[in-house]
Amino acid sequence: MAITLTEKAAKHVRDFIAKRGKGVGLRIGVRTSGCSGMAYKLEFADAAESDDAQFVSHGVTVLVDPKSLAYIDGMELDYTREGLNEGFKFNNPNVKNQCGCGESFQV
Amino acid sequence: MALLQISEPGLSTAPHQHRLAVGIDLGTTNSLVATVRNGISVVLNDENGRAMLPSVVRYAPDESVTVGEAAQAVQSDDPVNTIVSVKRFMGRGLKDIGDISRLPYRFIDAPSTGSGQASGMLQLRTASGAKSPVEVSSEILKVLRARAEAALGGDLVGAVITVPAYFDDAQRQATKDAAKLAGLNVLRLLNEPTAAAIAYGLDNASEGVYAVYDLGGGTFDISILRLSRGVFEVLATNGDSALGGDDFDHRIQCWLLEKNGLSALGPRDTRLLLTHARAAKEQLTEHDETRITAVLSSGDVIDNVLTRAEFQSMSQNLVQRTLQSLRRALRDAKLGTADIKGVVMVGGATRMPQVQHAVGEFFGQVPLTNLDPDKVVALGAAIQANLLAGNRGGDEWLLLDVIPLSLGIETMGGLTEKIIPRNSTIPTARAQEFTTFRDGQTAMSIHVVQGERELVSDCRSLAKFELRGIPAMVAGAARIRVTFQVDADGLLNVSAREMGSGIEASIAVKPSYGLSDAEITRMLQDSTQHAQHDMLARALCEQQTEANQLLEAVQHALEQDGDLLEPGEREPIEARMAALRDTLQLADHLAIKRAAGALNDATAGFAQKRMDKSVARALTGKKISDLGGE
Repeated sequence: MAITLTEKAAKHVRDFIAKRGKGVGLRIGVRTSGCSGMAYKLEFADAAESDDAQFVSHGVTVLVDPKSLAYIDGMELDYTREGLNEGFKFNNPNVKNQCGCGESFQV
Repeated sequence: MALLQISEPGLSTAPHQHRLAVGIDLGTTNSLVATVRNGISVVLNDENGRAMLPSVVRYAPDESVTVGEAAQAVQSDDPVNTIVSVKRFMGRGLKDIGDISRLPYRFIDAPSTGSGQASGMLQLRTASGAKSPVEVSSEILKVLRARAEAALGGDLVGAVITVPAYFDDAQRQATKDAAKLAGLNVLRLLNEPTAAAIAYGLDNASEGVYAVYDLGGGTFDISILRLSRGVFEVLATNGDSALGGDDFDHRIQCWLLEKNGLSALGPRDTRLLLTHARAAKEQLTEHDETRITAVLSSGDVIDNVLTRAEFQSMSQNLVQRTLQSLRRALRDAKLGTADIKGVVMVGGATRMPQVQHAVGEFFGQVPLTNLDPDKVVALGAAIQANLLAGNRGGDEWLLLDVIPLSLGIETMGGLTEKIIPRNSTIPTARAQEFTTFRDGQTAMSIHVVQGERELVSDCRSLAKFELRGIPAMVAGAARIRVTFQVDADGLLNVSAREMGSGIEASIAVKPSYGLSDAEITRMLQDSTQHAQHDMLARALCEQQTEANQLLEAVQHALEQDGDLLEPGEREPIEARMAALRDTLQLADHLAIKRAAGALNDATAGFAQKRMDKSVARALTGKKISDLGGE
């Protein structure tokens, strides 16, 4: 299994990292909180931790800490636009249930 | 699902705790709104892709209000009710304005005080009644707020609004009031030159003195700032409130009149020539010459070629006037050009090569121009707003204390719910809502814990207190807001408040008390080593909690409406309840889930009967006509 990015998401991540001027890739993870159990974490990564799982998708390095991997393995990250709003979207096969806003979920 | 943005390392916000904050450049001619997304400050465009909102508000006789381009379009048709450059009136009385005969508005002076002296702010009489500059500005801010909320997909926690460095208390207060009226929480007012300096990252640069040269549409400001220990201090300001890019357009228009031997034109032709003049000015930024062609209402044809050199010589004295202001500002600050470490260019008119060249020559250094001069103030304000809202961007920001371990409370089943994540900067405050678990529950025990683990038993207990006197309600109906507040000294204050009745309880704790660095390290390591175990433990707890809730609900239903069941219907339900109770003893969350599912299936018919009964009860004694009215 792995974590993948759509080509569109990868392009945006590459642009953002280039504009930011530093960073080795993207860190994806989950945290326990929110209205429905777990919440996603999406951050720039400045360095890989020794126990990180690493994936490369369309030229973007994705780092996932071992604690989070169980919840999100097989997930795809996409970038979409909804009206004036635009941003990243997770397609997570592990999700059984999510809250109305989709910001948190249960496995 | 909601769309996410990339955060800086360690700074992801919890769901529903996104701290959306914007920077607003509330300008004399144009206004903009910007925010930090994916770690970068960006200006937010409207649905037509335009970043700049003309600061023009029109009040129509039918009380409708239009703002921006639409208002600007009718400006010459309805000058009395179309307010432009309202910023010039903010916090001003009539006596402050000077020559009002040149302005098309019907002014009302502010009510005078007992001494007969006019005080407070003027008002404008419009087709929709008297309006204060604060109200007019709030209309502009409302449009920007709506744009930001549409673009960010949520309510704003606050905004940083920029004001000229020379604004006095009355003008600043008026700006704050306008924001409040527009429903914006002002995190801070920020001086425009400081915002521009922040956009260029000068606050991270070495200490020193910087000059900000701001040539806008109709105003010119020069500010001399000193940066020391991350704080900007305004040393001197100067400028000309009646000098801007529009004056350059006017010079070209006069040149056209002269070239073609024209004298006074009607308002329509004047506007036409000004539009062409502006286009020519913009062309000359990129090109050495430009051709201007227009047909006047008289049928006369204008066709002239203007070179950059000609434009520079005709606008030379305008540029010289800005340099005079520079000299005065430096004199006030008791500094020479050699003391200036960097020069920031702000305002669309600074795109003109002759301006950049003159400023560069004056200071003996190349001015900073790589950010869009129209947007740079809003971009800087957004960076400041992001910082103040608690979304700290990068470790090069002001050094602040952080919370070493997450703080949270115990929820049903012995699980930890984190309220303040570790590495949050202090001071900070976060709130989350919880509810009651049982019908008629009147008290709630709040157990404050610290740590990264999923189970309360693996975290450190900090304090316990009880919220009593919750009005009896069905489970899940009470809304209890738990607020964690950590002050600058690291003191934690936890309060719980039932939102319906307003009853409240709180406790003060010192969270870092008694924890050594080694203990903190161990607690962090534990949390990753036990990841898989914690995940299963969490799943088990969640299933157990849900199963208990289900058992309780079914038991309650059987007691209340057991008589609805036919003989033989009750037994399968009870058998599955027993089966579920048995699986609860096993540490297998999947088995519990299956048993709970089976009980759910078994009670489907019973639930239908209960529903029918309550519908029948609700309809008894009502006429059909009463029901049809809904």
